[in-house]
Amino acid sequence: MKHGTRRAVGLALTSLTGLAAFIIIAMLGIILFNVVENGAGGVTWTFLSKPPEDGMMGGGIFPAIFGTAALTLLMTVAVMPVGVLTAVYLHEYAPPNSLFARFVRVAVVNLAGVPSIVFGLFGLGFFILFVGQGMDRALGHEEMYWAQPGILWASLTLAVLTLPVVIVSTEEALRAVPMDHRTASLALGATQSQTLGRVVLPGALPGILTGAVLAISRGAGEVAPILFTGAAYFLPDLPTHLNSQFMHLGYHTYVMATQSPDVEATRPLLYSTVLVLLLLTFALNLVAVIIRTRTRRKAAGSH
Amino acid sequence: MDRQAIMEQGLTQPLVAPLLSPAARRRQLREKVIAGFITLMAFTGIAALILIIIFVAKEALALFTEPEARHEASLSKMFLAQDVAPGRPPFRWQPVSKIPKVSMIPLFVGTLKTTAVSMLVAVPLGVFGALFAAEFAPRRLRELLKPVIELLAGIPSVVLGFFALMVMSTVVKEALGFDRPLNAMLAGLGLALAIVPVIFTVSEDALTSVPRSYREASLALGATPWETAWKVVLPAAAPGILAACVLGFGRAIGETMIVLMASGNADVISWSLGDSARSLSATIAAEMGEVVVGSPHYSLLFFIGVQLFIFTFVLNLIASTWTRRVVRKLTGGAT
Repeated sequence: MKHGTRRAVGLALTSLTGLAAFIIIAMLGIILFNVVENGAGGVTWTFLSKPPEDGMMGGGIFPAIFGTAALTLLMTVAVMPVGVLTAVYLHEYAPPNSLFARFVRVAVVNLAGVPSIVFGLFGLGFFILFVGQGMDRALGHEEMYWAQPGILWASLTLAVLTLPVVIVSTEEALRAVPMDHRTASLALGATQSQTLGRVVLPGALPGILTGAVLAISRGAGEVAPILFTGAAYFLPDLPTHLNSQFMHLGYHTYVMATQSPDVEATRPLLYSTVLVLLLLTFALNLVAVIIRTRTRRKAAGSH
Repeated sequence: MDRQAIMEQGLTQPLVAPLLSPAARRRQLREKVIAGFITLMAFTGIAALILIIIFVAKEALALFTEPEARHEASLSKMFLAQDVAPGRPPFRWQPVSKIPKVSMIPLFVGTLKTTAVSMLVAVPLGVFGALFAAEFAPRRLRELLKPVIELLAGIPSVVLGFFALMVMSTVVKEALGFDRPLNAMLAGLGLALAIVPVIFTVSEDALTSVPRSYREASLALGATPWETAWKVVLPAAAPGILAACVLGFGRAIGETMIVLMASGNADVISWSLGDSARSLSATIAAEMGEVVVGSPHYSLLFFIGVQLFIFTFVLNLIASTWTRRVVRKLTGGAT
């Protein structure tokens, strides 16, 4: 083939890859535009602060916002210490070529690939039926107290689901802390744990926060794991105990979209709910992206 | 003889232990405790994975141990054709009817159909998009593309399901002339939205890890940029790209909410994309809420969970092996 033809063919195929990239951007654009266009009008203060009324045809989504927030808060409290310490083990404490560390890594990678619905089954089988029933028996509850779906079990299920996110981001953050900082601290006589607590972890803090934010954004949007571990369609009361059921933005979206008796009537409310959920996860993601680019730049500058 | 004597002498003499102050010894002890605690915490990831398979399998075990469940849902009833009245389909998933029918074949077909559609759409989009980002895009555009992909990946799957259900369904139905608004095609397209970011990100990582020298050598030999990208960079990154596709495939099999909301969930076996389809994951999600704990139906749903776990586990292992291979190959080739 002549050079000219080759160049032309190449250019045509190159623009095809550009088209693929453009379609991806366009898909995101269309989704966002559609949701904002149809949902923005309904997001008012009443909508955000009132419980649903008239069998979901009116009112707001405050209990769902509250439930989502409480759920992800509990999840974060559970997942952060475990995830950060696991990453600390992998990056700071594991001996080189440690078989155990390799197993942990393999487990984390596979944990990240387990379907979210299987986490739901796990939450039901392990937390509710095994741990919950065990606790009821041990604490002498006559009726089911812990052995039923509730916010604690849902948040712990989500904590297991988001564990890989936290581990991976924390490890990246630890990698960005220069080795010199550690050796300098150790040379000054600090022990390994003192170095960890006063030099390494503060240095890695932005990256660790990124992990937390990413985990929250992932956890806030997952519906499948909480289907049978605690989410409820409609509860006039906010969750007050660790074993209360709760409303959830994602679950609310699912139920309104699939089980509404009058789709046209609920459509505006549905769109507004989706918009709130999207804004929540996007805001969190954006924070994570910003922190991460900043740390990466700093890490690149320090080497 | 002499050496032996020296060695014995060395053994009998007490080793000089470092003299530590009590404070230093306490500090050492504390360090050990902290290191031990951190190691213990690292065990959680492994424990979680093991507990997941144990407890999901445990609830499914009744299918093989209890006579009632074994009668109602034996392996042959799950996977083989059933004798039914002529004109009735031999494979049905109707676990709550008077005579429970528990064939998993419609669920497999449904899962395969939706997954195949999503892969056919998402693989070209993801891989070509990644090729564009890694090889051709100006720097500005690349820096725009990455956050866009991250945002797309950050959309909760329930929102994608909602979008497929409320917006895409009418468009797809009109454009392709299907009878039903909810069908395998729609679910597959919705799934594609979810797995494009996975395929893109992993492919792009593989492509950018190809050393610069490969490209420079190819361009110096007179290849055009496209030929360099297509015949040099892409083959070098091939295992990584395959890994990306396998990961996307695993994600599509396990994804629940999109299929649950967009596929129509009918247990029909047909290869038409315009028909409704019922996937493995959506079946669990749709039926677990109303099932009696401990019933054969309940165990069946957990058994589906075990199958999903195994499928995705195997796919993940394959993907991670291939990713490691591309890294080894390229670092080996560069030096």
